[in-house]
Amino acid sequence: METTLVENLPEVTALGVIIKAVIILAVISAIAGFGTFIERKVLAFMQRRLGPMHVGPYGLLQIAADGIKLFTKEDIIPQNANKLIFMIAPIITAATAFIALSAVPVFPDFTIPAFIPLLGGTFVPSIASDLNIGILFVLGMMAAGLYGPLLAGMSQANKWGIIGAARTAVQFLSYEVVTGLSILAPIMLVGSLSFVDFNEAQAGGIGSWLIWQQPVAFVLFLIAGFAETNRTPFDLLEHEAEVVSGYATEYSGMRWGMFFIGEYANMITVAIIASIVFLGGFDAAGAFGWLFIILKIAFFFFLMLWVRASWPHIRPDQLMWLCWKVLMPIAMINILITAIVIMV
Amino acid sequence: MSLEQFKNRNVGTQNYTKVDVGSKPETAMEKFAQVAKRTVKGELFVGLWVTLREMINTLVKGQRHTVKYPFEKMPISPRYRAIHDMLRLLESGDYRCIGCGLCEKICISNCISMDTRYDENQRKEVSEYTINFGRCIFCGYCAEVCPELAIVHGPRYENASEQRAGFSLFEDMLTPIDKLNLQQEYDGFGAVSPNADENIKQTPLAY
Repeated sequence: METTLVENLPEVTALGVIIKAVIILAVISAIAGFGTFIERKVLAFMQRRLGPMHVGPYGLLQIAADGIKLFTKEDIIPQNANKLIFMIAPIITAATAFIALSAVPVFPDFTIPAFIPLLGGTFVPSIASDLNIGILFVLGMMAAGLYGPLLAGMSQANKWGIIGAARTAVQFLSYEVVTGLSILAPIMLVGSLSFVDFNEAQAGGIGSWLIWQQPVAFVLFLIAGFAETNRTPFDLLEHEAEVVSGYATEYSGMRWGMFFIGEYANMITVAIIASIVFLGGFDAAGAFGWLFIILKIAFFFFLMLWVRASWPHIRPDQLMWLCWKVLMPIAMINILITAIVIMV
Repeated sequence: MSLEQFKNRNVGTQNYTKVDVGSKPETAMEKFAQVAKRTVKGELFVGLWVTLREMINTLVKGQRHTVKYPFEKMPISPRYRAIHDMLRLLESGDYRCIGCGLCEKICISNCISMDTRYDENQRKEVSEYTINFGRCIFCGYCAEVCPELAIVHGPRYENASEQRAGFSLFEDMLTPIDKLNLQQEYDGFGAVSPNADENIKQTPLAY
């Protein structure tokens, strides 16, 4: 199955991968910026407000205004902070979020037309690096992303930052377990860690989606995904009402912005994983396969905003209770039952 | 009727009715049952539906609460006490103020200062009239005491200024002579707002 796929496609060159990386970086950054606009609009509508309205038509140019503000704002480094780590931490968050996206299929593959000088004829793959351990790599990179908030909180000589960093360690490490365990059951069913294999395993229409076989794993993954991307029911890292801004308290300007580009990129990554692993991914045969996966990703993105408008935060002790006493046992039982079903 | 029963603040000795909040789970099994029940109950989806319903209402039915303030303004109540206006007589166009000085006298924040003199016809005319809006508390006594309905409260509520003391002269508050036909009477206290009909909602008879 895999070999035919590879034979039909042109050879992937280093130039193609570099172009792909640039495309991912540019487009996902833009989507992350646009995501902030969508988030403000959706939250506003759900609270019977209008949201940003004044910059451009329907406030569409608000992204540009925010971007200009972020780029031109003074980059303040606190006096007692560990300057090097303070400066590196946001880069870790943004970089790991984008590195995770390198192993995820984003956008269709295409060949640059031959009439364009220098780059003409280059084949740009849909995955920057088609690893055979794609899921493991993505989860690993998202786990490595926890160093961003952790180091940021600990380096800034601010008590809110310290609390934010402690919560980062507690929350991300705990929910890493649930993410891994919940996604293990679908991996056992498909028998592969490659996103392409997952996509092909569910190629038979809606009936063959893994969500019907693994509903519990889907819910667990979704919950853990919210916690890992620091979204609302679990956004204890920077919960304003409790810890001012948590790990991001002392950050300003573009360093602060990088945390949020990373967060939105992570949201997109989680949405892509959930779409491919549980909801059938893209339909490689049909012409509109890419439209469907974009709709699925958009639904998960909307779900994150929807939940933010609807549900309250939970306390850190409830978070830990939920993770270790509820979700992890359920994930273990789910794996056991899946294993028994596979064996029988 | 004696007030004794209302003066007794000792909670627990009167006839209070306790609201039934159910029992807290005691044993581990009961706690587990509660968690399981709440997990399956779908209460979270009720919350999701509320926000989605509001989003649909906002987008489809246009039920939004935002007023784009500098461009849109809510109708203010006629009882609203904003910057004062000096009204004119509709027939002659003269100002209504007879210089009696009651508004200056009654003003509790001493912000009105006026001076009068007799003109050539031995009628009283206002030679000086200023209100210090830095001091004015917009209590409405001046409008209430005025025997001629000359000083009233107008609809201008945007009175932010760069200085603490903001004086307004008689001529500034007086209705311009070419806008005499647009002069509004001050409905005063007890008047209903112009959009009162829209604000009336049917009172539910049952909860």
